[in-house]
Amino acid sequence: MAELTLPANSRVGVGKTYPAPAGAKDVRAFKIYRWSPDDGQNPRLDTYEVDLADCGPMVLDALIKIKNEVDATLTFRRSCREGICGSCAMNIDGTNTLACLKGIDEVKGDVKIYPLPHMPVVKDLVPDLNQAYAQYTAIEPWLQAESPPPPDRERLQSVEERAKVDGLWECILCFCCTTGCPSYWWNGDRYLGPAILLQAYRWIADSRDEHTGERLDALEDPFRLYRCHTIMNCTRTCPKGLNPAKAIGEIKKLMIQRR
Amino acid sequence: MAMRSSLGRVRGLGSAKEGVGHWWMQRLTAVALIPLGLWFAASVIAHAGADHAAATAWLATPCTAIAMILLAVATFYHAALGLQVVIEDYVGGEWLRLALIAAVKLACVALAVAAVFAVLKIAL
Repeated sequence: MAELTLPANSRVGVGKTYPAPAGAKDVRAFKIYRWSPDDGQNPRLDTYEVDLADCGPMVLDALIKIKNEVDATLTFRRSCREGICGSCAMNIDGTNTLACLKGIDEVKGDVKIYPLPHMPVVKDLVPDLNQAYAQYTAIEPWLQAESPPPPDRERLQSVEERAKVDGLWECILCFCCTTGCPSYWWNGDRYLGPAILLQAYRWIADSRDEHTGERLDALEDPFRLYRCHTIMNCTRTCPKGLNPAKAIGEIKKLMIQRR
Repeated sequence: MAMRSSLGRVRGLGSAKEGVGHWWMQRLTAVALIPLGLWFAASVIAHAGADHAAATAWLATPCTAIAMILLAVATFYHAALGLQVVIEDYVGGEWLRLALIAAVKLACVALAVAAVFAVLKIAL
């Protein structure tokens, strides 16, 4: 059901302010969503003043600096710090993106950071992605073929066949797109969302896979696939520059083609 | 308490194996409504100020009556499909959702039949 207002226990209050150290040259305020499951409090927005003259260029650098030097309780996921693991996906300056790929200089004024929208929050900037991962499992994201592979080598693809999965294999499953999609917000329990549909199309488009029909069967559903109304938030927000909306459009085309 | 696994919940009752027909008809009726809608708007403007006799005489010509019936059917078909999508998007609770969709579909069929009957009564 569409929820247009936050429930009372989710309303975000004003939190603490941690001022910049004396002598800071280039101060920027980071307003960061904080919530802990342990204290029974509403979420709050803490303000951390960071000296950018003594900080790396990316938002993730500032988060790590805050955690290391100011407030060790600040909780967020991060790993590769170069846009390949997808761990540090969060809502920065109103847009879902990867903190490691978002330059602080790209944000005007205070840097507001929230967890990915409309997912249950585990703590602070850490969303619960169990449902999205289960949806990924549900599309069976592995190569399925009855023909045995050649005994002496891998399954072959032509250059043209291989090119069909370009723009798909690069997806790192950060779920910026899925959590930016209003259809996923309202019906995420049944709609698969753009990330998973792009991944599903990655296997549909793979010339080596022999289960294309079964994959389309599993997607042909008013909710699983057709909740997509081409809103395009997914494509606009993808930090890897991919186009989930186009992948979903291709699936819809194949649905028509096989009728 | 729900202790079902995430995968079990996500797989749910499985795929409905439909939706493509709905999606296709929504687009087809939308395309049909472009010329029909423009024709209807132009006709209304052309007959601005005409009296009842002139309007019924216009509606009674075969081409007008056929186009009018097509317009009514396409409009209510498209409306039923579109409203169903809106309800599925925004209304939670299976029974409320089902009841609203049923009500919309019945209302659209009734309105389409009424519109077609009105045209036929004047034209025939």
